[in-house]
Amino acid sequence: MASPSLMDTLFQRTLDDIIKGLRHQQAGESAFISKVVEEIRREIKSTDLHTKSIALQKLTYLNSIYFIDMSWAAFHAIECISSPNFSHKKVGYLAISMSFNESTSVILLITNQLRKDLKSNNEFEVSLALDCLSRIGTADLCRDLTPEVFTLLSSSKVFVRKKAIGVVLRVFGKYPDAVRVCFKRLVECLDGTDPQIVSAVVGVFCELASKDPRSYLPLAPEFYRILVDSRNNWVLIKVLKIFAKLAPLEPRLAKRVVEPICEHMRRTGAKSLMFECIRTVVTSFTDYESAVKLSVAKIRDFLVDDDPNLKYLGLHALSIIAPNHLWAVLENKEVVIKSLSDDDPNVKLESLRLVVAMVSESNVVEICRVLVNYSLKSDPEFCNEILGSILSKCCQNVYEIIVDFDWYVSLLGEMSRIPHCQKGEEIENQLIDIGMRVKDVRPELVRVGRDLLIDPALLGNSFLHRILSAAAWVCGEYVEFSRKPVELVEALLQPRTSLLPPSIRTVYIQSAFKILIFCLHSYLLQRENIADDMASEMLGLKSQGECSGSSALVAGKAPARQEQDEGFNPRDSNKSYEDLSIINEGDVSALLEKGFTHESIVNLLNLIELALGPLSGSPDVEVQERSKNVLGFVDLIKQEISNGFVSERASKIIDMVHDAFTEELGPVSVNAQEKVPIPDGLMLKESLADLDAICGNVQLPSSISFSMGSPFGESVGASVSIPQSKEESEPSSESTSLLAEHRKRHGLYYLPSEKNETLANDYPPANDPKSSDNTNDDAQDLVKLADKSLLPKRRSNHAKPRPVVVKLDEGDVVPFIAKKSDTRDDLLSDAVRDILLGVEKPDLGNPSSRRSKHRSHGKEKSRKSPEKKNSDEIGDGEKEKQKSRHRHGRHKTKQRAEGPLNVAAQTPVIPDFLL
Amino acid sequence: MIKAVMVINTQGKPRLAKFYDFLTVDKQQELIRSVFGVLCSRAENVSNFMEADSIFGPDSRLVYKHYATLYFVFVFDTCENELAVLDLIQETLDKCFRNVCELDIVFNYSKLHTILDEIVFGGQVLETSSAEIMKAVEEISKLEASSNSITLVPKTVSGWRNR
Repeated sequence: MASPSLMDTLFQRTLDDIIKGLRHQQAGESAFISKVVEEIRREIKSTDLHTKSIALQKLTYLNSIYFIDMSWAAFHAIECISSPNFSHKKVGYLAISMSFNESTSVILLITNQLRKDLKSNNEFEVSLALDCLSRIGTADLCRDLTPEVFTLLSSSKVFVRKKAIGVVLRVFGKYPDAVRVCFKRLVECLDGTDPQIVSAVVGVFCELASKDPRSYLPLAPEFYRILVDSRNNWVLIKVLKIFAKLAPLEPRLAKRVVEPICEHMRRTGAKSLMFECIRTVVTSFTDYESAVKLSVAKIRDFLVDDDPNLKYLGLHALSIIAPNHLWAVLENKEVVIKSLSDDDPNVKLESLRLVVAMVSESNVVEICRVLVNYSLKSDPEFCNEILGSILSKCCQNVYEIIVDFDWYVSLLGEMSRIPHCQKGEEIENQLIDIGMRVKDVRPELVRVGRDLLIDPALLGNSFLHRILSAAAWVCGEYVEFSRKPVELVEALLQPRTSLLPPSIRTVYIQSAFKILIFCLHSYLLQRENIADDMASEMLGLKSQGECSGSSALVAGKAPARQEQDEGFNPRDSNKSYEDLSIINEGDVSALLEKGFTHESIVNLLNLIELALGPLSGSPDVEVQERSKNVLGFVDLIKQEISNGFVSERASKIIDMVHDAFTEELGPVSVNAQEKVPIPDGLMLKESLADLDAICGNVQLPSSISFSMGSPFGESVGASVSIPQSKEESEPSSESTSLLAEHRKRHGLYYLPSEKNETLANDYPPANDPKSSDNTNDDAQDLVKLADKSLLPKRRSNHAKPRPVVVKLDEGDVVPFIAKKSDTRDDLLSDAVRDILLGVEKPDLGNPSSRRSKHRSHGKEKSRKSPEKKNSDEIGDGEKEKQKSRHRHGRHKTKQRAEGPLNVAAQTPVIPDFLL
Repeated sequence: MIKAVMVINTQGKPRLAKFYDFLTVDKQQELIRSVFGVLCSRAENVSNFMEADSIFGPDSRLVYKHYATLYFVFVFDTCENELAVLDLIQETLDKCFRNVCELDIVFNYSKLHTILDEIVFGGQVLETSSAEIMKAVEEISKLEASSNSITLVPKTVSGWRNR
């Protein structure tokens, strides 16, 4: 590019010109910007610093508002800050603070300029440099500039000193050794009388203590003094935040601090301080009953306030305290429940959390009923929030609060049918998990699964596919509890299954195979039985028919049996779909064995052959392979059972496959994989990044959540995730949310939603829960409910005893992995501890030391009158202390920095005032 | 710690964006877009807070205030108090920008940065008194003006025209 001409310099456009220009561009904004950037590129090379700084200013503007890259101008920014002209400097510093980062190569070049500006007589130049350091300070910069920052910490100008204090946070974070130099002076600032300084330094300690509170315990007396004396709300809030971190570490400290906090609560009119007091008590002082009571009373004021902010924060505080003091929530249940129908999404969400927190074993059925009803009337997002929280609450600690699993499983089935439900994955996992853990619920599980599978309308909703996959797996695995296996096969092979993604179709095919095996096996058993006691069976039937009038029990059974027999005729199966519910609980297996005739078996085989035939040419390998397997098997069996005779070979094969399938599958510990020793030579950590490039857009399925022990590995498909379907259903969260937003606003102009469209396609909607739903106001419902069942009374006798739930000794939940703290943080805490604790020893030996003087002073104070301190005395002491500090400060810290570190003092010294 | 300060207009255009941890421009743009996406879907007269975990990482909170055509947005972590930050926007910023409309913000880009830098320093709120802030801002403006007047010939097109 050509170097800037005189014309460029003379007729340079200012930032204002650019802004005006941009305002006039309606369409060609990007063309205009690229033209301007072109100009800037030329102007910025100018030797005239004024031209250069204007160019840089324009670039900075475009960078922050129009997201134009400016990393290429790094060197020019450095040139600008070296200008003696303040406005050039300012432009340069702004550019640097917005664009420099650790990887900026020229960052090392600014060290000297920063040092120069930090030493400047002009406080605003110092301020620019400090601001820059606080934004971009690297370890090198912080190390090199620590002496300057240290000097500025005792600047006479408050304007500079407060910023020097602010920059310390960055310096400590990047270069922990700076603690040895600056920490004492920072602590001294806590005693300052200037509110701006105290505010700044408390802010810094709040940040430091939030990362590693323990190191700052020795400073508790200083913070305590501020808590009691200060009347600045901003400062008090920060000190409260510090105590919220310190109190749990030292019970004696908590005891001392809780009263001043309550005092603030009683006194203050500022809502921000009030809320911070409440939050501090409910997070860290939950053992202090009177304090908790006071804060709950104050929370109540927030809850009934008209300001949605206060209402939200009140609910938020309640949800913090809920685990420890549920009574606080129960006391406010009316407000909580009413808030569920608030306009404010935040308020709604918090109230949902609280309602869920109130769920217990005794009221789970009622609350879930109301919540599910409520979800039907909510917008999709909140509906899914509700469903999600029900699901996660109920599966807590291996379904701890669930007694009636039949109810819960049918609730899962019902939730699946809620139009907005997008919790397919969670419901899928729970259906399978419950199936494996709770034996007694399997019949109900199969019934729920059947109802889902048999409904053709559900196949059109891609959010339900994963649930259907679980239903298919459950029905295949526990088919022995099914009353009409043939009906299940029909459901699994219905034409609309073509809407399923291949990974789920494979589950369908495999389940159909399992059911076929079950039917064949039952047929074989039945033939043996018939052969054995044909005569007695005949007699039995006759006698049953004769005494049907006399025995009510038998009478009830006989017609049902007839119906059942009809039901097993595939041709009539449609008719009998509805009958299932009326059939009495009978000896199911006995009924089943009656059901299979040679004809029905042949029909079943034909049906499978017909449905799977086209799939043997499926482009999906898994679908193709599984259907070919089944077809091969069907072919083989067909040959062997012609004319009502079953060959020896066929029955053997059927027996073997059946044995394989009947093997029980149990839950698998999440740690199971870890326990498998890694074979030699297997590189688990090897980078597979290359593979990504090769595979391109092929998405690997996410982890398999259950590993199946069956020798045929047939059930793996049940839990394999379905990437394709997900991709289809959620094109991109951003665009869908925007679309949903638009739809919400302009719903009038939209066609009925996609979901309905597919439903309406050729089948009637699955079930419209809204129509069957009672029209009562749900809020009122909930309030009523609250009166009845939220009280923590327990119903003494349940209708059914809780079934056995298989639990693993360990590994039912994903183990909590403790976050490893940053090594840099460790360094920082070590340094701080060295200063705060290690420093005591040498100082104690030296009677003239400021530190020990201060300590003994503190001791006296707390012994004399810990509660009401004489402010005059403190004031005097302060001045005196400050003087002495200024004298000793520099000298002593230097000594510390150079002298050997005292590593011996590792045990925390408990501040005297606590005793 | 304050993580970011943004001023976005009701059409989603940023008028000011300051991120206190370095972010690439692409990331900045993405964040502003997602913040606006949530803000514009919120009704009037609802609370001024948002849990921003999904946008800015765990424990992030967001406070915003809607003035005429502008949203003032502060993003911060657990070391700040929601109501105090709201007060900061409602009182301090309000006093500093008395009767300011979007156009003023558009044309006073540099001054806006100066004001904000006096309030928030490296992610920490160092000053909440509007009087102190405006005092410093005025002195800085004076200093800028005096250093600019040294250049004798106005070099800009507009400056040329205005003569």
